[in-house]
Amino acid sequence: MATHDFAAQDSHAHAAPEGFIRKWVFSLDHKVIGLQYYFLALCAVFVGMFLSLLMRIHLIWPTATLPLLGDIKPETYLTLVTMHGTIMVFFVLTTAPQGGFGNYFLPIQIGAPDMAFPVLNMLSFWTTFLGFIVMIAAFFVAGGAPLHGWTGYAPLSAIQSAGPGEGLGADLWIISIAIFCIGALMGALNFITTTLDMRAKGMTMMRMPLTVWAWFVTAILGLLAFGVLLSAGILLLMDRNMGTSFFVPLTTINGQLTGHKGGSPLLWQHLFWFFGHPEVYIAILPAMGMCSQLLSVFSRKPIFGYKAMVYAILAIGFLGFMVWGHHMFMSGMSPYTAFAFSIMTMGIGVPSAIKTFNWLGTLLRGRIRFTSPMLFAIGFVSLFVTGGISGPFLAQPVLDIQLHDTYFVPAHFHLIMGVASIFGIFAATYYWFPKMFGRMMSESLARWHFWFSFIGTYAIFMPMHYLGMAGMPRRYSQMTEVNYLHDLIPLQKFITYAAFITIAGQLIFLVNLFWSMFKGKKASDNPWEATTLEWITATPPPHDNFGGKTPVVRNGPYEYNVPGAPRDYVMQTDPEVEPSH
Amino acid sequence: MGLILLVVIWLITLISTYFFIAKTWWLPAGASAAAAGIDHHFTTTYILMGIVFVAAQISLGALVWIYRDRGSSSGKVDYSHGNTRLEIVWTLLTTVLFVGLNLASSSIWASERFRAAEANSVRVEVTGMQFAWYFRYPGPDGKFAATNPELEDASAGGEAALGLDTKDPASKDDVVTGTMVVPVNREIEVILRAHDVIHSFFIPSMRFKQDAVPGLAIHMHFTAIQTGDYEILCAELCGLGHYKMHGMLKVVSQDEYDKWLAAREAEKQ
Repeated sequence: MATHDFAAQDSHAHAAPEGFIRKWVFSLDHKVIGLQYYFLALCAVFVGMFLSLLMRIHLIWPTATLPLLGDIKPETYLTLVTMHGTIMVFFVLTTAPQGGFGNYFLPIQIGAPDMAFPVLNMLSFWTTFLGFIVMIAAFFVAGGAPLHGWTGYAPLSAIQSAGPGEGLGADLWIISIAIFCIGALMGALNFITTTLDMRAKGMTMMRMPLTVWAWFVTAILGLLAFGVLLSAGILLLMDRNMGTSFFVPLTTINGQLTGHKGGSPLLWQHLFWFFGHPEVYIAILPAMGMCSQLLSVFSRKPIFGYKAMVYAILAIGFLGFMVWGHHMFMSGMSPYTAFAFSIMTMGIGVPSAIKTFNWLGTLLRGRIRFTSPMLFAIGFVSLFVTGGISGPFLAQPVLDIQLHDTYFVPAHFHLIMGVASIFGIFAATYYWFPKMFGRMMSESLARWHFWFSFIGTYAIFMPMHYLGMAGMPRRYSQMTEVNYLHDLIPLQKFITYAAFITIAGQLIFLVNLFWSMFKGKKASDNPWEATTLEWITATPPPHDNFGGKTPVVRNGPYEYNVPGAPRDYVMQTDPEVEPSH
Repeated sequence: MGLILLVVIWLITLISTYFFIAKTWWLPAGASAAAAGIDHHFTTTYILMGIVFVAAQISLGALVWIYRDRGSSSGKVDYSHGNTRLEIVWTLLTTVLFVGLNLASSSIWASERFRAAEANSVRVEVTGMQFAWYFRYPGPDGKFAATNPELEDASAGGEAALGLDTKDPASKDDVVTGTMVVPVNREIEVILRAHDVIHSFFIPSMRFKQDAVPGLAIHMHFTAIQTGDYEILCAELCGLGHYKMHGMLKVVSQDEYDKWLAAREAEKQ
């Protein structure tokens, strides 16, 4: 371990806590809060995955009776669809990469002793936790969880008599999301302030690791998007319970007047997708940052086009707010606006393509080490390309006529913002586990996990493109009522079998995670020979991250194989190697 | 490990691409005037995106294998922070590709959605409700009679389900059916409505999809160019019976259509 320069001692915002409650439950330490977010997401992902398995079972064996659970009715299937989507988007894809890893590593990577507002940080986690409990409670109330899909389109979501689960279950669903939004807003404020104000000496913006850039821009997206969803959710609750009609025009359910009039169902869609599309980038930007980082570390080469990567992240963040209408080409929105949204959407493909080129450029003439985090980072690039390629189909209104609300859409978004993001989370877990727990994870188990996940993901989601083209609509609990869907049942069976195997493969991850926590090989301070600040401090890091000191940064984050350097990596705190970039 | 990755990534790419090229599962045969143009643009997009997909995956597989760490026999690592000229080149290339594709398809979109239906088109009002489609023809007077939500009786079906106001003289010749019958080679103007929640009127063979939204009357048009029976689906989640909100479109000759409509009128009298 080289010696590192530190600036004069900096007092930490709060003393190390004593006692279990202050240390592990109501902790103010960003690292503990990061782990709390991570384990919350871990619980949520297994709940979400279990729901998806039930969906897959019902699709191909609609009459099957399951042990303990009994029959799955058509409305139960829609409940599964709704809760799977909601739990995965909010409590996994938003929670783990940003709340989990962002919380743990953003302060360390910029050389800060903690987040700017530790109490706010604690509150944001416990708010999110409360949101999760309320969401799960929706399963257990009379009528069960709602069936209106994770997008909660009004009037289906706004009228209690519109279907089973649209009573108290739907109220809890909205309340849970509103609570989640409040937590996310507090977190976003904290991330933005911390990044702007708490960087160590020498950590200029253009020396920040791409992970930090990604968390920073994600926080800005969150700040602008979750406020809108929160407001929309409150309006929806009022429509449901207080007789307002923001989203409901004059309607009848089964011939009975609902008492509403004058509202606009499209207003809900605009508000929802104004949040919903940036949300896609909230899920995927951190994964992009993590994988950029890992491709550089394990190719032993500077990231290709650091500046272009930063600009691409900013461009994606900016354009991400101008494309929401591409979810609404078939909604009855003006066809002229569809034209504008389509151009912007094709435009957002450009920075995504730039990132892909740069990832490939980073591998080019590198010296690739196939560690488990690197396998998942490579898998991420592959999935990102595959999921990205279907984007330009859906972005063109003419093609969306046929593909909208078919399986082509879940194929697209599962690959690009679902599983690609999950691969980012896996990569980050394998990469940072040694720093977080002081032990290495098993590489051989990790490889098995990778192959199950990588091949399994393609086996599940590639055929969904074919289903979509053939006209299989989403959210159909059975394929018996439409003649041409009968021919597609074998493909659905294949997907279900693939899902079984892929999900079984995830148990390998769970075993590895908990086994390694206690039995893994002891990790050194910098096992991957990486350059960013988390690797100059002890493993696991002390309460204030750098033992009462603040690092002084002299180099960019990706200085590998610098000519003339004594070893193949130069820490950010090492003497300056060259004027950066 | 590099070699296994290469083989797996290449295999996945080839197998996925094979099913696209072999068209094992493909769009249902098109039977509307718009289908040919839409399908042609589909194919163009498939070819261009297919090339990008294969090129990117093949490169990824090749790069991880070629530049694997081979210990002391590895080549020298290129200490490079990137190449501005390359960044500009691929930014421009992808911009041209994506925006070009978009512009190429915009005229089809415009002809589908920017212009109103022709004056002599056959008008059909389509109403979605949990979980059925109803079709209304204005009859010889060319007028759709008023409907009144308070008169709706969903369980009775037909006119009663729509809440047709029988006091309106225009209602005398309105025909309401559960199957959509239209003449071939005539433009059909569809007026889409919904009573309760959002539904989506989807006729895959016509390359037609449009949400039916409560509170809105959405005017669309299409021209069937082949006689036959075509399935109608609901494509927007509308509740527990979403999967069985199914209907049929019968495209018949003008003669048959006239006879069919006259028979419905006669039944009503």
